[in-house]
Amino acid sequence: MSDSSMFVRVGKWIDYRMPIFTMMNHAVVIYRTPRNLNYWWNFGSLAGLVLVIQLATGIVLAMHYTPHVEMAFDSTEHIMRDVNYGWLLRYVHANGAAAFFAVVYIHIFRGLYYGSYREPRELLWWLGIFILLAMMATAFMGYVLPWGQMSFWAATVITNLFSAIPLVGTDIVEWMWGGFAVGNPTLQRFYSLHYLLPFVIVALVVLHLWALHRFGSNNPIGIETKGDKDTLPFHPYYTVKDLYGVGVFFIAFFAFVFFAPNYMGHPDNYIPADPLVTPSHIVPEWYFLPFYAILRSATFDVWFLSAKLIGVILMFASILILLALPWLDRSPVRSARFRPVYKYMFWILVTDSIILGIVGGKVPSDPVFSGTDGFQYVHLGQIATLYYFVHFVVFVPLLSRFEQTRPVPTSLSEPVLKSGAGGTA
Amino acid sequence: MGMELGLRTAVAATVLCLATGGVQAAGNAEHPLTEHWSFNGIFGHYDRAEAQRGLQVFLEICAQCHGAKYLRYGDLADLGYDEDQIDAIAAQFEVEDGPDDEGEMFMRAARPTDTFPEPYANEKAAAAMNNGKAPPDLSLMVKARHDGANYIYALMTGYDEPPEELELSDGLTYNPYFPSHQIAMPQPLWGEDVEYADGTETSIEQEARDVVTFLAWASEPGMERRKNMGLKVMLFVLIMTGLFYATKRKVWKDVH
Amino acid sequence: MTDNTAHGPDGEARRDFLYLTTAAVATVGTVAAVWPLIHQMNPARDVLALASTEVDLSAIEIGQSIKVMWRGKPVFVRHRTAEEIAEAKAVPLDDLRDPQPDGERVQKAQWLIMVGVCTHLGCIPLGDAGEYGGWFCPCHASHYDTSGRIRKGPAPENLLIPEYVFLDDTTVKIG
Repeated sequence: MSDSSMFVRVGKWIDYRMPIFTMMNHAVVIYRTPRNLNYWWNFGSLAGLVLVIQLATGIVLAMHYTPHVEMAFDSTEHIMRDVNYGWLLRYVHANGAAAFFAVVYIHIFRGLYYGSYREPRELLWWLGIFILLAMMATAFMGYVLPWGQMSFWAATVITNLFSAIPLVGTDIVEWMWGGFAVGNPTLQRFYSLHYLLPFVIVALVVLHLWALHRFGSNNPIGIETKGDKDTLPFHPYYTVKDLYGVGVFFIAFFAFVFFAPNYMGHPDNYIPADPLVTPSHIVPEWYFLPFYAILRSATFDVWFLSAKLIGVILMFASILILLALPWLDRSPVRSARFRPVYKYMFWILVTDSIILGIVGGKVPSDPVFSGTDGFQYVHLGQIATLYYFVHFVVFVPLLSRFEQTRPVPTSLSEPVLKSGAGGTA
Repeated sequence: MGMELGLRTAVAATVLCLATGGVQAAGNAEHPLTEHWSFNGIFGHYDRAEAQRGLQVFLEICAQCHGAKYLRYGDLADLGYDEDQIDAIAAQFEVEDGPDDEGEMFMRAARPTDTFPEPYANEKAAAAMNNGKAPPDLSLMVKARHDGANYIYALMTGYDEPPEELELSDGLTYNPYFPSHQIAMPQPLWGEDVEYADGTETSIEQEARDVVTFLAWASEPGMERRKNMGLKVMLFVLIMTGLFYATKRKVWKDVH
Repeated sequence: MTDNTAHGPDGEARRDFLYLTTAAVATVGTVAAVWPLIHQMNPARDVLALASTEVDLSAIEIGQSIKVMWRGKPVFVRHRTAEEIAEAKAVPLDDLRDPQPDGERVQKAQWLIMVGVCTHLGCIPLGDAGEYGGWFCPCHASHYDTSGRIRKGPAPENLLIPEYVFLDDTTVKIG
């Protein structure tokens, strides 16, 4: 004890009274992790990294931004032109939002493929969906802040949706606006909430990691680990692998930030907001396009439900349906690796989601194929929306009952040691 | 194995869809041609000679109607002007200052710290003097339009006789590169609008090229610094990732 | 830390070298990434650009002072009387906490230009006040003389002289 360094002695003093170092050791050093994880498991840590990047850049940007309709656009240009490294902080933050969704969508699809939402990880999955919802609210409000044309009109279109709620719709919308249209009260409260929500996300992430550590990570073959022969300590194996993933991520991320910083954005947002001029096409950022497509796919009233209301319901349902997944999927097999039909359906779902994304960015009445005027993007969107729900509500439950699954290995380490390939899908 | 096949399918589907869709020019505007610009590409830079000539075109022609409120005269140092030249350029323009001790606003010569003055007192005055449409500020125009540089160049050089069938609305001019083909701005460049300080021969194409380079700089003066830093960052990150990969392989060697 | 089995002394050294290099590169990267987050708080380009102010001296009578804003702070511009100048020059340097001859503090003797911020804790001193014919700071009773030098009270230094240049006899550019 007497020849431990000062650091070690102070560390032990603190840890005895508040076991933070012991906790950190258990959480990221000795924490046992399945030995057969592939690179699709890197996206969780990447999401955490992007969250930290967004928080850091967001907090310093807030030192220079002014949340008032007369000054928001100007203060954003002030950041771009005058603030030291302001252009870099802004571009990192804007492209970081896109990166956050890219990383999280892959992370979610990983979960869908390998059955990571299955018992006993239902709550982990639910927390993840709550994080996604919080991210979407945060991103939506953040996009309004520069007060460009898209900022203003996206805010107008999306908040207007809530007027579809029967009886109280208009009151709710005026309450959200703080007025009779999107205006300064709206901008200021969006700024406040945009600053707040990321910390709610942090809290949800803490809960998400806590739930994760209860049973540990799922793995590509979907069977539970049995003891130390199936696992590795998180450090150094996965710290080092996650670091490598971070490096690859940075290559892609910085390529955008430095050489194509406005590629993901819309030029109209470099035009100051004008409540009297509507842009020819109001489009959200790419990560909202699939939901936008679902929203616009409801084109006719049904009974007492207006088309607008149906669209809103479908849009939220498309995310909320994921909450039901652990109970819709009762297959005896967890991982798609041993579910040949589900695997196929998974890739169709991915394609369907991409199609929805493309539809979201198009003019609904435009024809899909230049020859045939009858088949428009809105129709393609309706088919894709229907398919999306059919996948979860029909195919998944049916497959869980009737699918002929392939034999699942009994041990984790066996196939890894035999094949020698280990980390790849 | 299944992942790969599935992935290929998804990618193929996306590419197919994107290929059939294509990027539409706004409305039914004609697609501008892709010009070669000094500021494109990872080594992009603003050609100083072009930008200086472009400033001249902007100040002598465009600034009659268009503002550039995010530019300061002092910023022009970036384009290679020295302090005296900037003072001289600024002094040609007047800005409002005040109130003085009597409470009155007054006009004075612009200084390097002043932003380019607005040509009209307010938006309504601007619209009233220009066929009902206020000429937009040009500080960000290259970023505010899809394929901005090519679009503005095409617009400047694209004024032409309207086709027989087209009925021009009152006060509008024909330009195929503008959405709806009818633009409120009458042709601004005719080919001999300025006498270049550096003696370059003028033409619509030359003036358009120069003013686009100037406007590109105006939209993003820091572009060169960004790309420069980007090259260093990319190099660093590539090396760093290589090291991370080697470390990962070493650590995992005994496990595989 | 790691329990990699040794592959002989040479292999081990090579492995450690890799880890060391990787850690060093990662550290450099992190520091480089953190720098913009810190530097963004330094004065921005527009603040630095507003670094100078021009003052018209023609309206200032002898014995009169005006106050102008420069870089967010007040600057006293005083048209000194002959008595004030003489008084300032007559003070022996040994009497001064912050010794500075009057000649060093002015370019033209009749124009005293100084930053009107007390060098103690930043309050604005009052003109034509105090026991030395100059300025008096009401916060903690610092007295400045007709050259703006500290004579009595807690302030450690004379009132600061900003950078300035006479553009002509009636115009001075501060900063």
